[in-house]
Amino acid sequence: MNTSAESDGFAAEASGLTRRFGDLTAVNHIDLRVPYGEIFGLLGANGAGKSTLIKMLTTLLPPTSGHAEVGGFDIVKSPAEVRGRIGYVPQLLSADGALTGHENLLLSAKLYGLPRAQRSARIGEALAFMGLADSAKKLVKTYSGGMVRRLELAQAMLHRPAILFLDEPTIGLDPMARHSVWDRLRDLRRDYGMTVLITTHDMEEAEALCDELAILHAGRVAVVGKPAELQAGLGAAATMDDVFAHYAGGGIREGGNFSDAVQTRRTAQRLG
Amino acid sequence: MDRFLRESAAVAEVELIKLVRDPTEIFSRAVQPVLWLVVFGQVLAHVHGIYTGEVGYLAFITPGILAQSVLFSAIFYGIAVIWERDLGVVHKLLVSPARRISLVFGKAVSAGFRGLVQAAVIYLVAFVMHITLRQEPLAILGVLAGVLLGSGLFSTFSLIIACIVKTRERFMGIGQLLTMPMFFASNAIYPLDLMPGWLRVVAQLNPLTYLVDALRGLMIVGGDSVHGYGVDFAVLFAVFAGLLMVAVRLYPTLVE
Ligand SMILES: Nc1ncnc2c1ncn2[C@@H]1O[C@H](COP(=O)(O)OP(=O)(O)OP(=O)(O)O)[C@@H](O)[C@H]1O
Ligand SMILES: [Mg+2]
Repeated sequence: MNTSAESDGFAAEASGLTRRFGDLTAVNHIDLRVPYGEIFGLLGANGAGKSTLIKMLTTLLPPTSGHAEVGGFDIVKSPAEVRGRIGYVPQLLSADGALTGHENLLLSAKLYGLPRAQRSARIGEALAFMGLADSAKKLVKTYSGGMVRRLELAQAMLHRPAILFLDEPTIGLDPMARHSVWDRLRDLRRDYGMTVLITTHDMEEAEALCDELAILHAGRVAVVGKPAELQAGLGAAATMDDVFAHYAGGGIREGGNFSDAVQTRRTAQRLG
Repeated sequence: MDRFLRESAAVAEVELIKLVRDPTEIFSRAVQPVLWLVVFGQVLAHVHGIYTGEVGYLAFITPGILAQSVLFSAIFYGIAVIWERDLGVVHKLLVSPARRISLVFGKAVSAGFRGLVQAAVIYLVAFVMHITLRQEPLAILGVLAGVLLGSGLFSTFSLIIACIVKTRERFMGIGQLLTMPMFFASNAIYPLDLMPGWLRVVAQLNPLTYLVDALRGLMIVGGDSVHGYGVDFAVLFAVFAGLLMVAVRLYPTLVE
């Protein structure tokens, strides 16, 4: 799906993208450009607006104002074209536990309109790629968290999307499982030229996996840059944790107020 | 059209797989109609409390109880949708390029499977209780069509409510609040003629009444539909189509 026409522009491009929930502005005039072929990381404290931004880019949530294109198509005017070009793994573990891994993938294959002749080869390939071939016939509710995540990645890449949106893909995974997800994402980029946009709270992940990072604070982009540049910008000894604290903590910028803190705590509770 | 059918079939097939894999829910839903027939029906038939003409009371309410169980098993389908939303399954369906109408319609078809199981249970109980029902293939086909249409209609209604209330707790409350009145303000367990005028008006606005009316004609030996099958099916179809249009608009708001 990576046609040459697409490589002229950006995989995702937002300008002035805004989403309000009542009085709360979850995403506030965000401008962002994600080049094709990059693994792009979105960082930010709980409630910073990462998931809301991803939901808009994946057409799940209409913006209040502003504009964005994904895969060269407008998210509001051409949502169907956008959907055909993206894969998405939500923050929640979302594979259907009452189905087997294979059945989950078969449903996706049909919904994405993969020709019947290609389906089983593609599904077998995706399962093998994610190391799930042996578990394909087991119910997903018997899978471990890491296996569910890998299944979801298999599901999201099945139709070879140009852009993958992954909302905290490695949360709750053990180090081995986390590294295997990283490897798979790097493979996807190398083999299919996929662009990957992930959110994460894991600074190691941000540094090791991502080519470029955007740090959100209270619905705005605080900074964009390569991990090394961001660190260098804060001094020779700065770590990614320092970078995060500097830009996402809000200490230097607006400063967190009490209602922010309450909001953040609520979000944390909501997610258990 | 081809794409619509393929996508709807994919969604419905998944539900069918789950249903076959774990049929406990569907059998527990079958208990209630059995009680209505065996206990309520027999008692009222015995005391001759409700005059239903030539047709015995048990035969009279059998189609009503089928319609009721179609309603009750379809109406709780909204809970399943809210559950799927909390799990993120709905997000995944909505981010696919499948058309929204296919997703919503596929779910309605899957509710139809449940309705068909209810119908099978009712026929079985009727057989055991020596309630004679029509057995001509055309009549049975008509019953199946009515049950599918009714299941689709009420499950889509339920989906719409789920999209509005969005949480399980609120849905449970509203679900109870709507189903009982819909059941009692219909011709399911007493004929329209016996109702006070105002109730008859309400009953005639209630789609359940048209389902019962059609089933009564199609199931009871010597029974007939009061409104005529054409009217019954046209009303059910039109309401279903209208609800589908609303559901297509509301379903995506579930994940907002
Ligand atoms: N549907 C909604 N209705 C009302 N408020 C919402 C809704 N979705 C998100 N919010 C609020 O918008 C803000 C941003 O939420 P969002 O989920 O985008 O944050 P996040 O950066 O993904 O946080 P986390 O790291 O905890 O996942 C939060 O204050 C959240 O409570
Ligand atoms: Mg989030």
